[in-house]
Amino acid sequence: MSVLLIAEHNNKEVKPFTLNAITAASQIDEDLHVMLIGSKADDVAKSLSEVPLVKKVLHIDHEIYENYIAENYTAAILKHADKYSHIICSANTFGKNLMPRVAALLDISQVSDIIKVISPDTFLRPIYAGNAFATVKSNDEKKCVTIRPTSFEAAETTGGSAEIEKIDAADQNENTKFINREEIKSDRPELGTARIVISGGRGLQSGENFKLITDVADKLNAAIGASRAAVDAGYITNEHQVGQTGKVVVPDLYIAVGISGAIQHLAGMKESKVIVAINKDGEAPIFSVADYGLEADLFEALPQFLEELNKLNTIQK
Amino acid sequence: MKILVAVKRVIDYNVQIRVKEDGSGVVTDNVKMSTNPPDDNAIEEAVKIKESGKATEIIAVTVGEEKAQETVRKALAVGADRGIHVKVDGIIEPLAVSKILKKIVEKENPDLVFMGKQAIDDDCNQTGQMLAAHLNWPQATFASKIEVNDKSLQVTREVDEGLETIEVNTPAIVTCDLRLNEPRYASLPNIMKAKKKPIEQINASDLGVDTNPRIEHIKIEEPPKRKAGIKVASVEELVQKLKNEAKVI
Repeated sequence: MSVLLIAEHNNKEVKPFTLNAITAASQIDEDLHVMLIGSKADDVAKSLSEVPLVKKVLHIDHEIYENYIAENYTAAILKHADKYSHIICSANTFGKNLMPRVAALLDISQVSDIIKVISPDTFLRPIYAGNAFATVKSNDEKKCVTIRPTSFEAAETTGGSAEIEKIDAADQNENTKFINREEIKSDRPELGTARIVISGGRGLQSGENFKLITDVADKLNAAIGASRAAVDAGYITNEHQVGQTGKVVVPDLYIAVGISGAIQHLAGMKESKVIVAINKDGEAPIFSVADYGLEADLFEALPQFLEELNKLNTIQK
Repeated sequence: MKILVAVKRVIDYNVQIRVKEDGSGVVTDNVKMSTNPPDDNAIEEAVKIKESGKATEIIAVTVGEEKAQETVRKALAVGADRGIHVKVDGIIEPLAVSKILKKIVEKENPDLVFMGKQAIDDDCNQTGQMLAAHLNWPQATFASKIEVNDKSLQVTREVDEGLETIEVNTPAIVTCDLRLNEPRYASLPNIMKAKKKPIEQINASDLGVDTNPRIEHIKIEEPPKRKAGIKVASVEELVQKLKNEAKVI
């Protein structure tokens, strides 16, 4: 049987985490079909068909799918899910919202947020904010699985030529209406996929002081993260939150500034390749996961850091 | 309007988890337990709605072993009117919990069901969406703001890109984010009063729901440890190390 992956997109482009999920899905079974549910998203269908790991694109095109509503997506998926052994999507806010609704209606106990495919029915997933890893085997005949995107490489996007099949839409759910989405546009790399992330915590003391973080981020072409404390305090908006209930990031370099390192924050960043902690409290738990710890006042250290970076001849981008 | 709030008892969020040596799970003996944090936000929101005059009754429900009742008692102390404890021993998966909650919803006919967006133990993030599916109700997940209208809710959701607002007709399920509100502490007089509020006990087996796990836990292990890092003495040294040793900038 084949596996079915549900694509996340904005009718213009595939969202990057779908490419990571494609890699994981293809490890479960090579006969990977991708379902694209959208409105006037022909460009997205085409780009998915060019992903070499994708064997077929199922394209549902209808105006009711202009905005992503889990209720409408679920009905569309269920209409075409019969012949698949696995239904898969990324474990970000898109997939977390969608997959359980699908799983419940298929009477499947979902396996959430896997970080490794051991076999088509056995997976590794973090529990307790990543403080334990569980090897789990699904005994349901069909499986619903969500993928932690940062644990899998993004699939290649060129060279493939999968067939695109147009399939039928389902009925619209009238009880949920999309009103609007406030997307904060930024020229910086996306937090989830950036090579370098610099994050600020409560130690920043105000939203204005985040400029110290932004200046360094600009220099390093880094994404900006934050601890929950900083978001709760209103220093920065929610989409920057890294942690158990925020985003999980695995950059090459993670710089934690003024972040004490609560278990819930560590859950979102401790798999980063190199971790730097800058904190004036030498006992802060963040130092226990840091490769390089600097015990210093961030208000002195950050401007110095920028100055030292300016002295370098080259900086990797 | 009647609001049902589902709460779960989990290992307290401040406890450092220890994995059992035999790989069968994590240590829970003599470990501090408390209400799953975003479930506290769910209760708080229900209480605020009732205080605004838009709700008449709040029912707190939990599914779990005998001691899970403590979380219902806590909900009663911050403002829920009565409680329901569905007793079940051993591991219970979100799918089974959602089926049990469906039975409770059918019995109680609430207009809204609130719960936390995710439990911090199994990190599944499934129960609310599954309950919505079983009931064919709309779902508003990861809510950071709720506006209650006559026959609908306007809910602001925290999504990867920022904030999204949707409108759902009632009855509906809302799963709550930690930023929805600031949960209050129970006052001593309210804790005393809560002891007199009723908690109905129901055995899961009497509800006709199959609670057998579908997922086998083959092994629970500690994640790989990071190797110990070093402290650097200055910003200059830090930048040199990042450039020449780690080679990341």
